[in-house]
Amino acid sequence: MVELVIFVLMGAVTLAGAIGVVRARNPVYGAMGLMATLFALAVFYVVHLAHFVAVVQVIVYAGAVITLFLFVIMFVGVDRAEDLKEKLAVQRPVALIVLVGVVVLAGVLVVTGRFDWVISSGEPPVVRGTIEEIGENLISIGSPSDRQASRWLLPFEATSLLLIVAAVGAIALAFYRPRRKDEPPAGPDTGPGS
Amino acid sequence: MDWIDLGLVALRVVVVFVLLQVVTILLIWFERKVVADMQNRVGPERAGPWGILQTVADGLKLFFKEQVTPRKVELGLYLAAPMLAAVPAFLMFMVVPFGRPVRINLGGQERLIPIQGADLNIGLLYVLAMSSVAVYAVVLAGWSSGSKYPLLGGVRATAQAISYEAAMGLSLVPVVLFTGTLSLSEIVAAQSGSLTFFDRALSLPAWNVFVLAPSFLIFFIAAVAETNRAPFDLVEAEQEIVGGFHTEYSGLRFALFFLAEYINIFTMSALAVTLFLGGWSGPTWDGTLPLLVSAILPTVWFMLKVVLFLFMYVWLRATLPRLRYDQLMTLGWKRLIPASLVWLFFIGGAMAVRQFGLPWG
Repeated sequence: MVELVIFVLMGAVTLAGAIGVVRARNPVYGAMGLMATLFALAVFYVVHLAHFVAVVQVIVYAGAVITLFLFVIMFVGVDRAEDLKEKLAVQRPVALIVLVGVVVLAGVLVVTGRFDWVISSGEPPVVRGTIEEIGENLISIGSPSDRQASRWLLPFEATSLLLIVAAVGAIALAFYRPRRKDEPPAGPDTGPGS
Repeated sequence: MDWIDLGLVALRVVVVFVLLQVVTILLIWFERKVVADMQNRVGPERAGPWGILQTVADGLKLFFKEQVTPRKVELGLYLAAPMLAAVPAFLMFMVVPFGRPVRINLGGQERLIPIQGADLNIGLLYVLAMSSVAVYAVVLAGWSSGSKYPLLGGVRATAQAISYEAAMGLSLVPVVLFTGTLSLSEIVAAQSGSLTFFDRALSLPAWNVFVLAPSFLIFFIAAVAETNRAPFDLVEAEQEIVGGFHTEYSGLRFALFFLAEYINIFTMSALAVTLFLGGWSGPTWDGTLPLLVSAILPTVWFMLKVVLFLFMYVWLRATLPRLRYDQLMTLGWKRLIPASLVWLFFIGGAMAVRQFGLPWG
């Protein structure tokens, strides 16, 4: 019961923060929305008794990453209006398709009953073990017969792949400028001043 | 987890909350008195005996003052920043044990009640997380005020916090390596008894400060910088940037910043005591003294050790001039971080030798 209440409350905070990240006109409010989302996620980890992950989440993301964001925003200057015109023609249709796909997938998961709103039917699952054991559960390959050991290897590696794809994509988008017809092909260092 | 347990948790939270506020009231008075003594002045003396109620009077005055809101502020963040300052300050002390756990018979059941807000198994990381969240208040206050001096203060605060958080985190790693736990209550427990040197007991308590003195030094310097106190108070340097991040705040909003600053000083001192000076440990003479006195004595030892640190904070403020900005950065990045890394390598090697023996042995 307590878990459900926390889930609903923190889920609302997560969503509100996430919407704030993309909707805020002012990048500082966007950064604050991101922090609210990350904090709410940390609360989810605490509910699942993963205190270590929760605290590391707060230290790494709220403590370091978003502080750096704010630092950069302050130095670059926030009063310059952000160009909100969409430069990639395919961006919005693709986003729409992905959204529909996610909603359908979530609906299928709920309908086929492979997803419960509240996981614990009685006692909450208690995670015991040292950091070493957690790390071994996470990435050790183990023997082929032991399916328990390598259960988290694939998600773990997939996450790192996702991060690399996101980083490369962000860099590509930052350098992307649509070429006009009367303009020669732009080099990577063609800024507005040159 | 029944109702008595829940009530005990709530009681502990309230006790910590009240303790921090009372401590702040006394600490501000203490600072003003000590600085006055060092500068050959009298200091506050009108409100109450020795002026001890001066802070209460000041707080009441701030309570009734008008809260001016300048026209160019970003209202949402401007209002949120003082709360963001106060909340992590209160939360950070929650995991610090300030007394020996007591055994009480309640509801027909013997219970062991830890004298701390919450005994987290990752307490040390929690403290670091909360101290990194506390930076936001300063940054956001500086930015949202819509004025140049607070903005400069906010930018300075970000740079300083990032620089010294690294040194502080690194200085705490040897403590974790040496005691083998992240829980603050277990770190205190690991420092009980007397110090042994090659299996010979010395007549010194087994406090971490005797073994990890360099860590202690780096932690204390970083803690002073982290709380934006002199000589690291560039964030609110009156002579350069008026009041820094809180220039545009008045009334109760300013009081919240002030409260947070002094709570942070107290918490950092309490952490230094917990991590390096054995926390609440000290002689209790169990059996010879009445039970209640023995139960309270650890808290008294804890507070005495903390007052020692608080005096050092005040002493630093009264004697040291402010660092220049480049000196601040040099000290953080070129002195403290390399020093703590070298010390960490040394301690890591020593721990490995203790566990596995010499590589050629």
